Amino acid sequence: MEISIDVLIFYLVSLVVVGSACIVAFSRNIVHSAFSLLGTFGGVAGLYVFLGADFVAAVQVLIYVGGILVLILFAVMLTHRISDIDITNRTVGRIPALVAVAVFLGILVYAIGETDWVRVKEVAFAPTTAVIGNLFLGDYLLPFQIAAVVLLVALIGAITLSRKEIKE
Amino acid sequence: MDFTVQDLIATLLPGAVPAALGYALAAVAVAFAVLSFFVAPLAGVTSWLERRVWARMQSRVGPNRVGPQGILQWLADGVKNIQKEDIIPASADRKLFLLAPYVVFSGFLGAFVVIPFGSWLIPADLNIGILYLLAITSLVVVGILMAGWSSNNKWSLLGGMRSAAQIVSYEIPAGVAVLTVIFLSGTLSMQGIIKAQGWAPWDWFIFYNPFTLVAFFLFFTAALAEGNRTPFDIPEAESELVAGYVTEYSGMRFLFFFFAEWGNLYVIGAIAATLFLGGWQIPATIFGVTMAEHPLLKGVLEFAVFFVKAYFWAFVAMWVRGTLPRVRVDQLMAMCWKYMVPMSFICLFGTIVLLVIWPEGNTALTMATLAVSCLIVLYFMWRVVYQIMHSRPTLYLKPYV
Repeated sequence: MEISIDVLIFYLVSLVVVGSACIVAFSRNIVHSAFSLLGTFGGVAGLYVFLGADFVAAVQVLIYVGGILVLILFAVMLTHRISDIDITNRTVGRIPALVAVAVFLGILVYAIGETDWVRVKEVAFAPTTAVIGNLFLGDYLLPFQIAAVVLLVALIGAITLSRKEIKE
Repeated sequence: MDFTVQDLIATLLPGAVPAALGYALAAVAVAFAVLSFFVAPLAGVTSWLERRVWARMQSRVGPNRVGPQGILQWLADGVKNIQKEDIIPASADRKLFLLAPYVVFSGFLGAFVVIPFGSWLIPADLNIGILYLLAITSLVVVGILMAGWSSNNKWSLLGGMRSAAQIVSYEIPAGVAVLTVIFLSGTLSMQGIIKAQGWAPWDWFIFYNPFTLVAFFLFFTAALAEGNRTPFDIPEAESELVAGYVTEYSGMRFLFFFFAEWGNLYVIGAIAATLFLGGWQIPATIFGVTMAEHPLLKGVLEFAVFFVKAYFWAFVAMWVRGTLPRVRVDQLMAMCWKYMVPMSFICLFGTIVLLVIWPEGNTALTMATLAVSCLIVLYFMWRVVYQIMHSRPTLYLKPYV
């Protein structure tokens, strides 16, 4: 098999995703784990680019790196005695974890083996933004609205939980 | 003009060069050229100009020794900083401490991928241009948090936290203000947004209706806050936090943060020029010369127009920095969430309503907005002149010492 440069870049991006995911899981320092998510999120955005999903890739970076990762970092950094490995990254329950991972891996391998993969000869890199917008406001209007309502509820819930009651 | 870097590579490297390798080489070459010949001198000269402008506003001299009027000061600063020892605190988290300046810098440099310098002079005209820009600049937040935490210093951590909270908050009014423009242009591509406007001020989106005029200033203010500029520079407030997240940095790593900050001034101006001020648009004929017949002249003029529009706002940012005091943390957050976010949503909905009423725009409304803006500018200039005449400032310094 001829190794073309796009295949090479694909493996490089995959290596970044898997490598930083491993650091997230195995690092003894929870702040390092949190920062390694940067590589995972960014790499997944790269994989979206490979699939021709430009809009999803940009939104992935915008939401996950710009929003979720920053919130995780805030939560981690504001925790008391965060550099104490004993309270943050203890290794607990090795055997149940091993069993769960083994079962999950088995299911994944089975699913990959059973799937009828179709290889597209030429990926057409067409703009997807307008199509996504039309679908959201057309065929998928109800799921879109439900997601919006869920987010609104989460927002109100967060405010209710975090506000201080002012006693008269 | 269908000339691409791809063709250039093909002519330079004849023979069997695979297309993908050509693209990869072109990408590296363009990145190198943009960084070395445009971004680095630009950020450097901006640093010198800011110090001079600021000094002038405070009746000081500023750096004026290296080169004519001190214009080569940035080279001297660079040479000096590159020779300095790269001090890493013993208690710092070494890996993250070393990595942080690069994360900040790549987030800033990534913005240049979609900045349209001319009708064909753009590194990559992505069809999600402006969305990509908002996404890639969020890397800066992560880098700043990384710098703040890894320094293992309470001032650094506080500075990093403040910066992240500030940037994440001000992304909302900035994003909504950008959305008003996207509604008008119907595209996310930077070139598409510029092509939806014209060369004349009444064709620009800023004067399209009163709401976009407000949206422009909301965007500019939010962009200043996202760039950690005075009056929003509480992340590195000297009087409270030493130097915020850069406290422990020295030498070239220290400079990288400020490199990004000064370069970011131009990026702010360039985005503002693209979204609201017609970008590189020039008239089709100037003094009887048809621009389409002179591609080189057209390219140069477009670049010049875009550069002046973008750099004017960089100058305004320096001006604001020399004029306004720093806000407090609670004032900063109150201003964002209580005033700018509601205002940006009003602008968005107002623009949508006007678009429903007049899908093709309303010339009378545009002209009225333009006229009112001109009146505001004239009144502002009159006030400045009035203040100068009546305060009778004694200038001890000549403007160009």
